[in-house]
Amino acid sequence: MINQKKFIVSHAPFWHDGSTITARSYNVIIAALPAVLFGFISYGMPAVGVVSLSISSAIVWELLFNKISKRTITIGDGNAALIGILFGMLLPATSPWWLVITGTFVAVVIGKHIFGGIGGNPFNPVLIGLAMLMVSWKDFFDFNEVLVNYDLGFAMVYPLSALKHLGTSGIDAFSMADLLMGQQSGGIGATFGLGLIIGGIYLIIRGVIRWEISLSFLAGVFITALFFNVSDTTHYAGPVFHLLTGYTLIGAFFLATEDSSSPVNFIPMLIYGAGAGIMTVLIRNIGSYIDGVVFAILLMNLVNPLLDKIRPKALGKVV
Amino acid sequence: MIKRSFIGLAKPRIVYEALDVTVPEPKIIPTSKKVTLLVNETYDPFGQKKAALLKKDDTVKTGQKLSLYEGSDAYVISSVTGSISSISPFLGEFGRSYTAIEIDVAEDEEMDEQFKALSVEPTMDIAKNYLSFIPGNPPASLFSNGSTSPSIDTIVICGVDSDLLITANQHALISDEKAIAKGVGILKQITGIENIIMVSPEHLMQNAGVSGAQVRVVDTEYPATLPRMIMQDVLGKTVPAGKTCEEMGVCFVSAEAVASIGEAFDEGYIPLYKKLNLIKKDGDSVMISVRIGTPVHEIFSAYDVTVNEKDRIILGGPMTGSSIYSEHHPIQPDTGAIIVQDGQDLELVSDYPCINCGECIRICPAKIPVNMLVRFLEAGQYEQAAEEYDLYSCVECGLCSFVCVSRMPILHYIKLAKYELGRISIAEATND
Repeated sequence: MINQKKFIVSHAPFWHDGSTITARSYNVIIAALPAVLFGFISYGMPAVGVVSLSISSAIVWELLFNKISKRTITIGDGNAALIGILFGMLLPATSPWWLVITGTFVAVVIGKHIFGGIGGNPFNPVLIGLAMLMVSWKDFFDFNEVLVNYDLGFAMVYPLSALKHLGTSGIDAFSMADLLMGQQSGGIGATFGLGLIIGGIYLIIRGVIRWEISLSFLAGVFITALFFNVSDTTHYAGPVFHLLTGYTLIGAFFLATEDSSSPVNFIPMLIYGAGAGIMTVLIRNIGSYIDGVVFAILLMNLVNPLLDKIRPKALGKVV
Repeated sequence: MIKRSFIGLAKPRIVYEALDVTVPEPKIIPTSKKVTLLVNETYDPFGQKKAALLKKDDTVKTGQKLSLYEGSDAYVISSVTGSISSISPFLGEFGRSYTAIEIDVAEDEEMDEQFKALSVEPTMDIAKNYLSFIPGNPPASLFSNGSTSPSIDTIVICGVDSDLLITANQHALISDEKAIAKGVGILKQITGIENIIMVSPEHLMQNAGVSGAQVRVVDTEYPATLPRMIMQDVLGKTVPAGKTCEEMGVCFVSAEAVASIGEAFDEGYIPLYKKLNLIKKDGDSVMISVRIGTPVHEIFSAYDVTVNEKDRIILGGPMTGSSIYSEHHPIQPDTGAIIVQDGQDLELVSDYPCINCGECIRICPAKIPVNMLVRFLEAGQYEQAAEEYDLYSCVECGLCSFVCVSRMPILHYIKLAKYELGRISIAEATND
């Protein structure tokens, strides 16, 4: 009995479907690539620089925090890289280096690790970082101003600010097909609508994001924008315009669907997505900000724990 | 092992192994030199509580009833002829204590005739006193008289095993039709319960029909054959959280156990061979028949299975079985399968927290908010988990751990919580 072989003893179940957090993160990164590559082609090396710095600094912040807090090194799970790439996609190509590094610090350390790391964050870390920058240095997010030196062969006017300042007469120049194909100024990875939609559909099919959230978010934007548009066509743009501009598509497929800060039950997912969509259009149309996606999703993140209390009755539950 | 499909949106469909009607005879493993029988009783070496009935070097006959102490209900049926070489304590899962009786097998087999004389006229007492340690492991509530436990009004015979990869019950349905029919008759006679239902997969309806019980079809997708799921889907009764199926008046018994009961009364000898699936490292499954108490390594050597350090040996199915730490562990009356997993292929749990991806929520058959539950269980807040997050609704199918992206041992947490709460309530009851 002494020279017995030692076997692995563990609790049931002894099978696993093989899914990992790493695969999940990398799938999202793969899905984001079409939109990112399009941004690289449009804006050239500055865009490559911003996204690369964003990814690498996010990873470094996570590594540093792991070391400081004496916890296991978690950069291998790809989540920091994911935060980095999504953060870079939202920035304009001309963002200075310190802006990127500050943003990823807020996203990774304050947005995620302060709350206990992956799975513990009540808000989407990317949006926490971005919201902080937008409030602190709003000039760097005035896309008309920061992208003024670019001539990409189309009107370098940020569609949402044109809408805000000039009403629907300001956006006549934009055709919906051009907007879908990325013929608009904006964040590095946020303008190529078709690429984002393809990425989103890929993620939905792979089961990485929850389709309920994405679709209800888009439906919320569409229906609210439609109401506004019907009530006053000179001030408020049509629903398709709202779907294809600003951060709407990247928000629907990549930001609102962040695991930890979104609900998991069916009805709460619908309320969460639709709520964020409605808030987005409300902020755009009657709020003071040009784009409302960031704050709309953060607001719904806040309501998420309450929403997730709406859940089906468990088997044999006696009430 | 079933892997996540490329299209992760689709819910995984995990189906039970379907046994064909033209099934080969199970291979019989030769009797080993030594067998170990586990009595469901705490070891009491000095007989302080009760007088000991067994001691070292006692000779036992095949089929003999072995009881450790005077007046005790727990017993085992010796599956071999030989002499007792040791009696020692044995610790099972979650602190359950057993006594292991080791028997050195003699060359000539001698049958014990005590049961034969009694078996002419089946009664509840005979069944209770001789047939609770038979292949298929009938539950204690089956042989209890109405006075001592909640009264049972329905017996459900499972024609399909509750875990994956195990086909012992389907095999019994196909090859032991007569014994099952006899067993059903005896059950009706000794319990007086007319409402006996056989649940079987659709392709074995014909075989199930012969038994004389009412036949109902059960779905072949895991976890449809877990007792609580059968209660809900087949019988249309939902078991309230925290209650057992027995408290609802339903007793579950495996088809193999019913066949064993039938065979015992038919032939006058208590069946000793357990049918089980041996699943080798490459996933090959063979059906074998082996004496209860045979150590696992005997089966490995009969089939040239080599086990190395850091492999995993599992008694029972892949979702709800239990892994063992020694090759000397004996086959028990309820062991449905032995699975050997190579150390290289193991998917181990991690210490990552829940990332709230919702996979468990979508797959849970009991609609438990697993993502919330597991947060409370990790923090050891079992009472709150039970009150607010439906701990007791769990049917213990293990699907949440199976799909968990963070690879948390969710089922382990749930079992531990139930065990700890059970201990607390026992402690409170004794303090009163």
